[in-house]
Amino acid sequence: MSYEDVLTRYEPVIGLETHVELGTKTKMFCGCKTDFGAEPNTQTCPVCLALPGALPVMNRAAIEATIQIGLALNCDIAEWCRMARKNYFYPDMPKNFQTSQYDEPLCVEGYVDVTVDGKEYRIGIERVHIEEDTGKTLHVGGATGRIHGATESLVDYNRAGIPLVEIVTKPVPGLGALAPEVAKAYVAELRDIVRALGVSDVRMEQGSMRCDVNTSLNLPGDDWGTRTETKNVNSLRSVERAVRSEIIRQAGILDDGGKIFQETRHFQETTGDTRSGRSKETATDYRYFPEPDLVPIAADPVWVTSLREALPEKPSVKRARLREEWGISESDMQSAANAGAVELIEETIAAGASPAGARKWWLGELARRSNELGVELSEAGATPVQVAELQKLVDDGKLNDKLARQVLEGVVAGEGDPAAVMASRGLEVVNDTGALTAAVDEAIAANPDIAAKIRDGKVAAAGALVGAVMKTTRGQADAKTVRDLILERLGAS
Amino acid sequence: MTDLTRLNAASLADLIATKQVSAVEVATAHLDRIAAVDDRVHAFLHVSRAEALAAAERVDRGEVTGPLAGVPIAVKDVVATEGIPTTAASKILEGWKPPYDATIVARLKAAGMPILGKTNMDEFAMGSSTEYSAYGPTKNPWDLGRIPGGSGGGSSAAIAAYEAPLAIGTDTGGSIRQPGAVTGTVGAKPTYGGTSRYGLIAFSSSLDTPGPCARTVEDAALLHAVIAGHDPRDSTSINQSVPDVVAAARLGKNGDLTGVKLGIVKEFAGDGSEPGVTAAFRESLDALVKLGAEIVEVSCPHFEYALPAYYLIAPSEASSNLARFDGVRYGLRTGDDGNRSLEEVMSLTRDEGFGPEVKRRIILGTYALSSGYYDAYYGQAQKVRTLITRDFQSAFEQVDVLVSPTTPFTAFPFGSRTSDPYQMYLADLFTIPTNLYGGPAISVPCGLSEGLPVGFQIMAPTMADDRMYRVAAALESAVGTLTPPAL
Ligand SMILES: [Zn+2]
Repeated sequence: MSYEDVLTRYEPVIGLETHVELGTKTKMFCGCKTDFGAEPNTQTCPVCLALPGALPVMNRAAIEATIQIGLALNCDIAEWCRMARKNYFYPDMPKNFQTSQYDEPLCVEGYVDVTVDGKEYRIGIERVHIEEDTGKTLHVGGATGRIHGATESLVDYNRAGIPLVEIVTKPVPGLGALAPEVAKAYVAELRDIVRALGVSDVRMEQGSMRCDVNTSLNLPGDDWGTRTETKNVNSLRSVERAVRSEIIRQAGILDDGGKIFQETRHFQETTGDTRSGRSKETATDYRYFPEPDLVPIAADPVWVTSLREALPEKPSVKRARLREEWGISESDMQSAANAGAVELIEETIAAGASPAGARKWWLGELARRSNELGVELSEAGATPVQVAELQKLVDDGKLNDKLARQVLEGVVAGEGDPAAVMASRGLEVVNDTGALTAAVDEAIAANPDIAAKIRDGKVAAAGALVGAVMKTTRGQADAKTVRDLILERLGAS
Repeated sequence: MTDLTRLNAASLADLIATKQVSAVEVATAHLDRIAAVDDRVHAFLHVSRAEALAAAERVDRGEVTGPLAGVPIAVKDVVATEGIPTTAASKILEGWKPPYDATIVARLKAAGMPILGKTNMDEFAMGSSTEYSAYGPTKNPWDLGRIPGGSGGGSSAAIAAYEAPLAIGTDTGGSIRQPGAVTGTVGAKPTYGGTSRYGLIAFSSSLDTPGPCARTVEDAALLHAVIAGHDPRDSTSINQSVPDVVAAARLGKNGDLTGVKLGIVKEFAGDGSEPGVTAAFRESLDALVKLGAEIVEVSCPHFEYALPAYYLIAPSEASSNLARFDGVRYGLRTGDDGNRSLEEVMSLTRDEGFGPEVKRRIILGTYALSSGYYDAYYGQAQKVRTLITRDFQSAFEQVDVLVSPTTPFTAFPFGSRTSDPYQMYLADLFTIPTNLYGGPAISVPCGLSEGLPVGFQIMAPTMADDRMYRVAAALESAVGTLTPPAL
């Protein structure tokens, strides 16, 4: 049963719930710092540890960021709404309830347009709401790091209370076989929109952006099928794979006359399929009710208007503009966007590089390196200013391509800026004609047969002598200069 | 020499400020009194002798001044005090020492008020008699066989027994006022949001209000002024200037209420108050009329639903507020033997750590919030709350304050109402409407019924706390304060 075959018989409906961890300096309800990677439980206080008597106070910056996201997603901003308590017991949630929003979200009724294969799809946004993150539980003593077999469980509350924004799409029908790609394009677009706002670093790999994917299948003309919710989808590629594998899995069950159960499933990064989560015999009743410890949120319309007016250029609009300026194709722009390279290329150009030169380094050497290291492109070791400087050295003829790559190696190794690396590693192109002439004469003397052929007019044979010269100058000579010099010395020019 | 424990807070503050007596002497006198009588009264769960004396010394060295500098105070055990055990009278928090001070405690310290210790209460402030304390009940100094009221029975009994001149209470449905009434002392519930809840172990977040307990109206007002005012750590704290309650209390003392309209609630008549309570209340009304006040009957048709609405809202919020007591981060942990699951340990901890009334309310609240019941219970109760608020608002268009007995009955014997929760809940019949509305109310002694104190309640509009102090002080000037028999 192929994927294409499945899509001739079933229609998928997808929906996405995305959590974005905001990059506020302090937590949502207290003044604790939000720095990533701090020692466990060093960024905590009575409020985020839920000590008896402690009370939350809303972080204005978190509300502002949520409104900005809502506005960027074309949502209506609620004039008045409340936080709600979502009650359930879990040790990494200090209060044993999560302060979230329920039936009064801050932002509602928006949309995002995405383009796949040249066609535009509008994804409806049902709601954007604000809530708090939980701590992290660590199980020690067992072999797998899971609770099974562990001798102790440790909880780190540094993450508890960091503001999270949840963005929920409306169900999206009618995508057919493109459902997985549209899902991926939506998440990529959402990431770019949030990144452009500067309110989160939206790194799926680090968990600052997390996705749950809902999928169902139905026969044409039937009502929508029962949906499953796939969690643990931690990269753009996984979004696509998760939808695809869930479509195939559900089709297999339906083909056999089986039923789909509404359940939570977990995406398996290694196999690319989904597995059933812990089955719950009864649905959890979260007993939502309005949070009495916090006053309602009533965003001043003047404030909302000023936030709307200050929104940055939409990523899709910006990409179209840059594509024009850089003179590149849609797919080239798409790959730059997917690599997270658009802003870096833009800054490199601003620092003086040509569009082609800037793209070459970020999508070539540096992209390769960031993949190898598993880090964001911006952390591959070079800044846009350095890349622009490197390209200028090439344009000025001080470096050839091979030397430039060696210089970049030195830059990312922290040896300094390109000019400094070039100087300290002695990598500059040799332009000193005296030294070159000596090397050329040496090569002619060492290869009398080839020299004779050239003297006889077989100019193509010069290539072998050029190679010899390049070898003795360790690649630092300019090949064309060397060739011209050889022909001149042999009277063949 | 005068017995310092018999003086009121205003007099003590004056003596200390004028160096006629030292703060250490005052603190010592009260600590000695506690040592002498508290084994019989059991008002205190913890006495912080060393901390109290150190604070008194700072006042004597002139490091702290203020209207109540050097006047010692007892604090209800539901309020967090840094380094001093805070248990909310529950086994689940036995021995817990908070790493921080509640905002009101920080204000007491800044005002130079030595904290004598932590007072007994019904567990997590759920009760009207202190019989639900996990550490045994407090006795009423008027009759050691009777309850001192609740939940803040320890604070009011400590004052009545001259163990402290002042105390902090918290009022969710009457927990300051009803103990005040049955111990013959003054208890005031400020406007909700007028005093900070930060550091107050939450029972019902939308109702809890800390406030003063004292032996005179002026003392209560002086303490009110110390603890009230906006707190940025409490989102529900009101960012407005505090009404001048001290000036109002002093104005009331002159006994002139000309032009003041007192409303009596029609629906509170025929409420099953004890005859002695009704009689004392009527006599007090007559006394207030003699001072120039006018009595107007008003109708508050939704007050009859206040008790059921309260017993849905408060337990619902409590069921969520008390979820944090799970044995993971602090307090009791039971059954963690390496074999049991986390869920089992949480469950065993809560089973052992919570008493029967707390469990009853958690179960009630969990049920009321459950999907399918929410609209019928919690949702409906919130609508009733809105209607009660409107009753108050329309009443206050006709009158300046509303008045009623504080509680339908005087101090009852231990064990007489524990078998039927509803009989216990009736103790708060007259106090609960105010909590649902959010306005201030005060209970002031107004006489005796069969030798036991009766309380007179004055309810005012939100942020008009000064009004109730004025009327209360006038009543006090007319009927006098009450002195319990010697212990
Ligand atoms: Zn914190």
